[in-house]
Amino acid sequence: MSKFAKKKSGELPAVSTASLPDIVFMLLFFFMTVTVMKDSDVMVENTLPNASEIKKLEKKDRVIYLYVGKPTQNYQKVFGTESRIQLNDKFANVNEVGDYILSERAKKPQELQNVLTTALKVDKDANMGIISDIKQQLRRVNALKVNYTTYQGDAFNNLQ
Amino acid sequence: MSRRGKPPEVDSGSMADIAFLLLIFFLVTTTIATDAGLDRMLPPMEPPENPPIIRQKNIFTVNINKNGQLLVEEELTDIRDLREKAVAFLDNGGAPVGSEEYCDHCRGERDVESSDNPAKAIISLKNDRETSYGTYITVQNELVAAYNELRNREANRLYGMDFTEMEETYLDPKTGASVRLDLKGKVTNIQRLFPQKLSEAETSSSN
Repeated sequence: MSKFAKKKSGELPAVSTASLPDIVFMLLFFFMTVTVMKDSDVMVENTLPNASEIKKLEKKDRVIYLYVGKPTQNYQKVFGTESRIQLNDKFANVNEVGDYILSERAKKPQELQNVLTTALKVDKDANMGIISDIKQQLRRVNALKVNYTTYQGDAFNNLQ
Repeated sequence: MSRRGKPPEVDSGSMADIAFLLLIFFLVTTTIATDAGLDRMLPPMEPPENPPIIRQKNIFTVNINKNGQLLVEEELTDIRDLREKAVAFLDNGGAPVGSEEYCDHCRGERDVESSDNPAKAIISLKNDRETSYGTYITVQNELVAAYNELRNREANRLYGMDFTEMEETYLDPKTGASVRLDLKGKVTNIQRLFPQKLSEAETSSSN
C-alpha cells in the first residue's frame, strides 16, 4: 500500500508551454507568405503624374488595370524605348486592349460587370497618341468609366 | 570542480510574447495602398440620335499642342490661368433675367458673349497625339478643379459643407445607410447646378 501512496503526493504537473512559440511562429509565417502585395510585376516605367482633385479608387474587385510606359531597362533591348502597353504579364498592342477588357470583364461576377472601372496607370512621359488609341478601344467595348491613376500632389509638377 | 548536474535551463516562456508581438506588428502594418486618380467618363461609341444644337458661345475650347502650350478660346494662355478662365466661363450666367435659362446661382459677369447657364456650358478639350500625358493630366486636373471650386461654393451656401467632402463621404463604403441617403440628394442637387460637361474630341495629328 505504501508503495503506491508515495507517488500521489505531488501537485499536478504544469502544462508545458514550450511549443507555444512554435505555433505562433507558424501563424506568423503563414500570414507573411500568404499576403500578396501585387498581382503582377510592372515591366514598364511607371512614374504617375500628380493631381490634386483626385478620388479614391474604392472596391478593388471592380477595377481593371492597364499599365502604359517605356519598357524598363531589362526589356528595352527587346521592346525598344517607345511607350508600350502592359496587360497582365506581357506587352501588348493597342488592338489587343479591347479583347483584354472583355475577357477580364467576363471573369468578374455577373453583378459587377456593369460597374467596372478601368484604371489607367500611365507614365507621365508617355504620349497622348497611345492614350487616345486606348480610349478608342475602351469605347469600342463600352468600358466607359476610366480612372487616370495619379499621385496626390501639385499638378504643376508634371510640367517640368 | 564545484559544478554539478545539468546547467540551468533558459526560460522560454516569453518567446511566445515576442512572436505574438511580431505577428501583430505584421498584421497591423500590412495595409494595401489604395489607388487614387481622376475619374472620367468616355463618350459612348454611337453618336446620340438627335444631337442637340449647341451655340458657339456655350462652348469653351481648350487646345493643347505637342509642346504643351494651351490655346484657350483662340488665345494663347498659360496653364496656370486656365482654372480662373474656366471658372469665369462656367459661372458667367449670360442668359437675361426672366428667360428660361436664367441662372440665379451664378455670380459671374453675365457677359452675353459667354455661356448662358452652367447647365448649358460645355468645355471642349482637344489634344495633339504628341502631347505629353503629364500635361494632359494637369489640364484635366485644372478643369476638374474649376468645377469643384464652383460646386464647393454652392455646397457651402446651401448646406454649409464642401462638395468634395460630401462626395467623399458619400462614396466611402464605411458610411452608414441613413447618412448616405441624406447625402445623395445633396450631391445630386449640386451636380445638377454645375454638371460636368467635358467633351473630348479625338486627337489630331499635326505635321
